[in-house]
Amino acid sequence: MTQTQTEVPQRRGTPQDPEGTPVISVRNLWKVFGPKADRVPGSEELCGLSRRELMERTGCTAAVRDVDFDVRKGEVFVVMGLSGSGKSTLVRCLTRLIEPTAGEIVFEGEDIRKADAARLRDLRRSKFSMVFQHFGLLPHRRVVENVAFGLEIRGMGRAERTRRALEVVELVGLAGYENSYPDQLSGGMQQRVGLARALAGDPDVLFFDEPFSALDPLIRRDMQNEVIRLHHEVGKTMVFITHDLSEALKLGDRILIMRDGKTVQCGTGDELVGAPADDYVREFVKDVPRGDVLTLRWIMRPLEDGDALDGPELGPDVVVREATRAVLAADKPVKVVEDGKLLGIVGDEEILAVVAGQEGGA
Amino acid sequence: MAVVMEKPGTTETAEPPAPVKRERKVGRGMLVAGILVGWLVLFAVLRGKQTLTLAAADLTDLHRWFNDANDSIGANRNSNPLFLYFFNEIRLVIDNLVTFFQGLISQPAADRPLPQIGWLGVVGIAGYVSWAVGNWRVALLAVAGFTFMGLQGLWQESMDTLALTVSAVLVALLFAIPLGVWAGLSDRFNRIVTPFLDFMQTMPTFVYLAPLTLFFLIGGASATIATVIYAAPPAIRITAHAIRSVPETTAEAADSLGATRRQSLLKVLLPMSKRTVVMGVNQSIMAALAMVTIAALIDAPGLGKTVVQALQSLDVGTAFNAGLAIVIMAIVLDRVTTAASAREETARRSSGRFVVWRRPLLAAGGVVTAVLVYLSHTYVWAAEFPGEGTTGSSIARAADTATTWAQDHLSGLTNAFRDGITNGLLNPFQALLTDSPWWLVGAVLVALGTVLGGRGAGVTAAVCVGLLVGTGMWSDSMTTLASTLVATIMVMLLGIGFGVWMGRSLLVDRVLRPSLDAAQVMPPFVYLVPFLALFGATRFTAIVAAVVYAAPVAIKIIADGVRNVAATTVEAATSTGCNTWQIITKVQLPMARSALTLATNQGLIYVLSMVVVGGLVGAGALGYDVVAGFSQGQLYGKGLAAGLAIVLLGVMFDRITQAAARRASA
Repeated sequence: MTQTQTEVPQRRGTPQDPEGTPVISVRNLWKVFGPKADRVPGSEELCGLSRRELMERTGCTAAVRDVDFDVRKGEVFVVMGLSGSGKSTLVRCLTRLIEPTAGEIVFEGEDIRKADAARLRDLRRSKFSMVFQHFGLLPHRRVVENVAFGLEIRGMGRAERTRRALEVVELVGLAGYENSYPDQLSGGMQQRVGLARALAGDPDVLFFDEPFSALDPLIRRDMQNEVIRLHHEVGKTMVFITHDLSEALKLGDRILIMRDGKTVQCGTGDELVGAPADDYVREFVKDVPRGDVLTLRWIMRPLEDGDALDGPELGPDVVVREATRAVLAADKPVKVVEDGKLLGIVGDEEILAVVAGQEGGA
Repeated sequence: MAVVMEKPGTTETAEPPAPVKRERKVGRGMLVAGILVGWLVLFAVLRGKQTLTLAAADLTDLHRWFNDANDSIGANRNSNPLFLYFFNEIRLVIDNLVTFFQGLISQPAADRPLPQIGWLGVVGIAGYVSWAVGNWRVALLAVAGFTFMGLQGLWQESMDTLALTVSAVLVALLFAIPLGVWAGLSDRFNRIVTPFLDFMQTMPTFVYLAPLTLFFLIGGASATIATVIYAAPPAIRITAHAIRSVPETTAEAADSLGATRRQSLLKVLLPMSKRTVVMGVNQSIMAALAMVTIAALIDAPGLGKTVVQALQSLDVGTAFNAGLAIVIMAIVLDRVTTAASAREETARRSSGRFVVWRRPLLAAGGVVTAVLVYLSHTYVWAAEFPGEGTTGSSIARAADTATTWAQDHLSGLTNAFRDGITNGLLNPFQALLTDSPWWLVGAVLVALGTVLGGRGAGVTAAVCVGLLVGTGMWSDSMTTLASTLVATIMVMLLGIGFGVWMGRSLLVDRVLRPSLDAAQVMPPFVYLVPFLALFGATRFTAIVAAVVYAAPVAIKIIADGVRNVAATTVEAATSTGCNTWQIITKVQLPMARSALTLATNQGLIYVLSMVVVGGLVGAGALGYDVVAGFSQGQLYGKGLAAGLAIVLLGVMFDRITQAAARRASA
């Protein structure tokens, strides 16, 4: 399947170095459910079958099929797909909550698939943590004990883990609810507990499995902002699963779109909107307000003879919506300049094509 | 009941089940009718031939062989290594446990003329424990209940029953909870153990007794072991269910935090299933009480023995008094354990001041209880229940008076009812079953099994029929079968009537459900007592008792089935102009048909176990054979064969109706 992975500088100033080794590196990852699942990834013929054909031939379901990606340090990597696309299975494979069938998962230089049970437990205790769609809280424990649960598992003493848990409870904005039981809290607050539990162990990577899908829209927006805030404050690497495109665009530095277990496209939000890899992605991003996502890089036109070159300058990664006022206010076309080099120009026409005529292609 | 936990991923692939062919369903009803008509025609021709009747004192080779086996086991009990090092050891351990508890509360212990703890101490402990695990209301109930048993003049019998129940439940839980946890954790073990549990719970309480006496002699040890076997399955099942119903995300969350198996078991799974496990303990205790009373047939001491002896001499008053004590004990044990499981929830909520006071109060209560125990250990007035049990005598007298009155004044009514059903339904049906040639009835059973439950059920039916013939108890089995089927028909009529009513009206549900729940808690054989008063010692008494015993289960299942029909479907039917009758017959009952088959299944099993117990009050047939086998040495083998025949009937009913239920819900 076609896969675009253009290197585009990030629109948000997240700390990262694209050249450095990725935190998580996934290669040829397969997860097949069913009898004798092992034979599927190895067989050229079976790999070529569609899901339904594979089911009919072998009784197996390929939930994740030959997926590759890298997650860089400090970024929010979003995996997006509709239900049944294999995204939840994928994220569980990364920490081996579900055992992958084939492929390689390298975390900080170590192949996770080769880790034995003790090492895996060790990694889960100190390096990863996960936030679940249905929270997975312990109803018989208070908020603070829920948050401290991971630390308790590690064998940390009561006083110390309670102190740490209270800090994190404060961080996620639950101060005052330490001694409540989970079922006394609203869904949004329960998920804050889940978030606090994941943060308490100070992991390197946070995994989110559709954490906000069970919440009301308004609460969901609050929680998304909360994640953005926490990302700024603690700067963790995050892998975020969602079926909601606007959530993906809002949170994700880069987004991987899955369909039937396969990668359809992997790239930044503006890449998905600006250069959809196929009709599936195009259909997906159709209703996205393009002005909010596309940057000037996507709409600028090459310099033509007769263009005035004394207009104002803007960077290529400025979002169209933010540039609109400046471009329309200027008498002359705006120059798109990066590192002192003129990349192209943007005039009223280009801006209006995006802002007014949503249908037009980029 | 079965809880299926599907692995992630498999759910997505579920293919829609192949649509049931329509013409086949029509054909099934026709087939059943055809089989029945064919049977009637052949019956008319072949009546009375090859019926395999066996006179009461006649024995077959199998029965004699059982007798010989029993004799040789009896002779070699103390020399055969299997007995010396296995069965006798088990018996010894259980015997010691039972004797220990009996010495504690019911029987003279060591060199004392009285048990270690007298009535005051026992009442104190009962109240204290009920308060500690439940609340003060059930504590009051426990104190009142236990005191009342004393007033009835049944203190020692009650304490014997309690001692047996407690020792059996302790042993049962010792095995059941670990096994339940294992079955909860391991799919494979669960698959292995489920059929055994099904089988153990399908069997009427009664049939455990006969084979056990072979290995453990008649008496308290056998009774306790039978009780353990009967009481363990519900606890295993419910514990496994509790572990399995912990939300997958929660278990996964613990995994994702790096919990070891041990940690997630101790810190997540067990605490989260505690409440349900306590419910399993409740079920286990109720099952144990039911069994302990029935174990009176193999000479277990306690209230059951009083009831059995009174039933055998048709002394309704005494039977009623002792039956009442069993009911009270059942209510107390049930309420206390239910309160204990509810406590898990409420204790958490009432944080703050109660928690602060609870510990000192518990400690103070403990001290008071200890003083009571000491008093009852030391002073006769606190040890031996005062009074002559005059309350008991007046209860017995009142029951006798009521019986006499009922027999004098209602006999016209009750006899008419009894004779109507007996002559109109039971006798013809029994004649049809017992006077047909055995191969004809067998063929009909196999054919019906195949038509209703599919090929598997047909094969099971064929095997069961073959083995039934082999036991030599064919004719008696057919008599029992006739009673069981007649009673089941009555149960289903009641079940559909009340079930639909309850399912359609929340008010009715709220009014009826508590009494149905209470009725299910009672040990089966206390039901015999009032009907013995009304109908005398006949088959019919057992049938009515069976109907009353089985109806609550059937009613509840059908009510739930009707209630679970989607409200929108009913709304849609109403909006197309259906009247109430049409809604019931065209929407609610058809949509609840899997509940109907399940109710039939449960109804049959409950009825069977009761009809068999009815052997005590003149129901004859298999139940009587078993009882006679316990009391007369030369009939031992026949009793054992009759027990086997009951098992076979149970398995056959269960398999056919379950297969039919699976078909109905597919």
